[in-house]
Amino acid sequence: MHKKKPRLTKTKQPFHFYTRLNLIEFTGKKATNLLELVEIMKEVPGSVIYHHTHHYLQQHLYLSPEPPNDFAYWVTYILREEELGEEIASIDLCEFSTIRSLREKIIETIEEHLARNPGTLRTAPPGAEFHFFKTITFILPTPYIAGDLLEFLEALRKISIHSIYFHMFEAKLRLEKGENDFSRWIEDMLKEKELAREIAKFDPYTFTMEGLRSELCRLITKHIPGEIIECQK
Amino acid sequence: MSKISDYESIVGAEIINELKMLAKKLKDKVIQNINATSVGGGVAEILGRMVPLLQDLGVDARWDVLKGGEKYFQVTKKFHNALHGRKTEITSDDYEIFLETTKANIEQIEFYGDIIFIHDPQPVALVEKRRYLKSRWVWRCHIDFTSPDPKMWKFLKSFVEQYDACVFSAPSFARPLPIRQFLISPSIDPLSEKNRDLSEEEINNVLEKLKINRDKPIITQISRFDYLKDPFGVIEAFHLVKKYVDCRLVLAGGGAIDDPEGQKVFQEVVEKASNDPDILVLLLPPASDLEINALQRASTVILQKSLREGFGLTVAEALWKAKPVVASAVGGIPLQIAHKYSGLLSHTVQGTAYWIRQLLHSPEYATRLGENGKAHIKQNFLLTRHLRDYLLLFLSLEEEKDIIYL
Repeated sequence: MHKKKPRLTKTKQPFHFYTRLNLIEFTGKKATNLLELVEIMKEVPGSVIYHHTHHYLQQHLYLSPEPPNDFAYWVTYILREEELGEEIASIDLCEFSTIRSLREKIIETIEEHLARNPGTLRTAPPGAEFHFFKTITFILPTPYIAGDLLEFLEALRKISIHSIYFHMFEAKLRLEKGENDFSRWIEDMLKEKELAREIAKFDPYTFTMEGLRSELCRLITKHIPGEIIECQK
Repeated sequence: MSKISDYESIVGAEIINELKMLAKKLKDKVIQNINATSVGGGVAEILGRMVPLLQDLGVDARWDVLKGGEKYFQVTKKFHNALHGRKTEITSDDYEIFLETTKANIEQIEFYGDIIFIHDPQPVALVEKRRYLKSRWVWRCHIDFTSPDPKMWKFLKSFVEQYDACVFSAPSFARPLPIRQFLISPSIDPLSEKNRDLSEEEINNVLEKLKINRDKPIITQISRFDYLKDPFGVIEAFHLVKKYVDCRLVLAGGGAIDDPEGQKVFQEVVEKASNDPDILVLLLPPASDLEINALQRASTVILQKSLREGFGLTVAEALWKAKPVVASAVGGIPLQIAHKYSGLLSHTVQGTAYWIRQLLHSPEYATRLGENGKAHIKQNFLLTRHLRDYLLLFLSLEEEKDIIYL
């Protein structure tokens, strides 16, 4: 069915969709207990903390909307410190706009636990140590560019989940822009403040990647007269 | 031979476009792959697919094979076992044979690549040539490095340290090394003869040819005949299952020319299985991909009860066919199977038997595990993801930053 194009605000500064591709590098460091874990966390680059709080989300993006971070997983299932594991798992990643502040929060949580429980340091069995990795991120442009909301929606339906991931997660936390790229452009360039707020407000960590694409499309569609929701790739 | 565009219908146009963008950045580089065998074994299989696809993307990738005699391959088999943590006696003669063959190859091979990409331990010492060249050298380890024999590792490490970077398949394989280490999982090719879709007719024809009756559930393990794949444990587990469920067991696999031990293990397995007509042991010739594909598709449950494993690509192959898999939690298998979600992980013969029975009694659960497994493989273990990681690896040799703008 041919649809009539709705009249939408056109901006002179279009949105360029980028994507990111990751390569995983070993740091060669490993921890066998909580003290070692904390000490190494303090000295490694931010890309290590980013890796261990986000890689599960990337690998199992179809699978579960609530990815455990590696620190929480290791503390819970290897060291059997369930209470601390739950505390780390429930740290709200949305609250942080820098890796530094996220790192500090995890370290603080572990150190408080150690202070509450002196003399009970558990050790991981051989072969189950915590190995530290880092994510090397390559950022590259895609051919997709949007000048208005409809073009934005059309691109959103086509781009890879890596691109959505880049603009929603990496831009905010890893590149320390404070908010996701989509909300910022929609607010600053299209002046669609309500839509920008809606996108900025929701917690992307509670969606699978395709679920996130669908939700973004649904929200944007509400702001385009006559547009039909059709966002599953 | 598949073209890169053939994968678009499976992974989507965007993934292919990303590969093309990365390949453009490498258009002036020659990537020279070197391994020990051109036929048989997972590495030759991966290179046979990967190199033509890199070329199709516009990357000048090439593949050379090291030359070695029977004695040399017996020695490298010993190395392989020792690196997998098996108690193996390695004599000074063995080291000498290894180093002599390496020296002969250093003289014969033309090292023309900008990036020399060496696969597995057999050609690792070719890096001795590096001091005379300007190229970047990367060592790709495809085998399980969880607990290598310390003496063997010390020997190997002296060569590995001379590389610019090395690549392992699973997190637990990482070693303390002064060079950069990357994590890249291997992959399967969804369009290969071993993994492409088959019609029921094609499956039946193969089963008929192999004289396998489909009158009862089929439990299958596909792997080369090697103690590390624990074929005897599989037979024991099968006997435990058969007490309760009437079924068949198929143990099928080929051999690589760098694996002289295979024939001996095959004979022992045939002997152990000889008094049970429901166990079929098949030694498949190298070009049996269609047979393996059909066998996997005809199976009710697929096993990979390895004691050690590099990555265990047969697991990815089985999951890609949406089959329920019971596999040991070794090597790269836990990366492919999230226990009770995309398959089942076992640690013992008894555990393996227990999970097989569960799957045979709960076909809906088995179907769900298989479907989840297929989705996981699609996302993380297809050839296109592997190509992407290699392209990124080559690019990362140019720039040592954590965030790289291309």
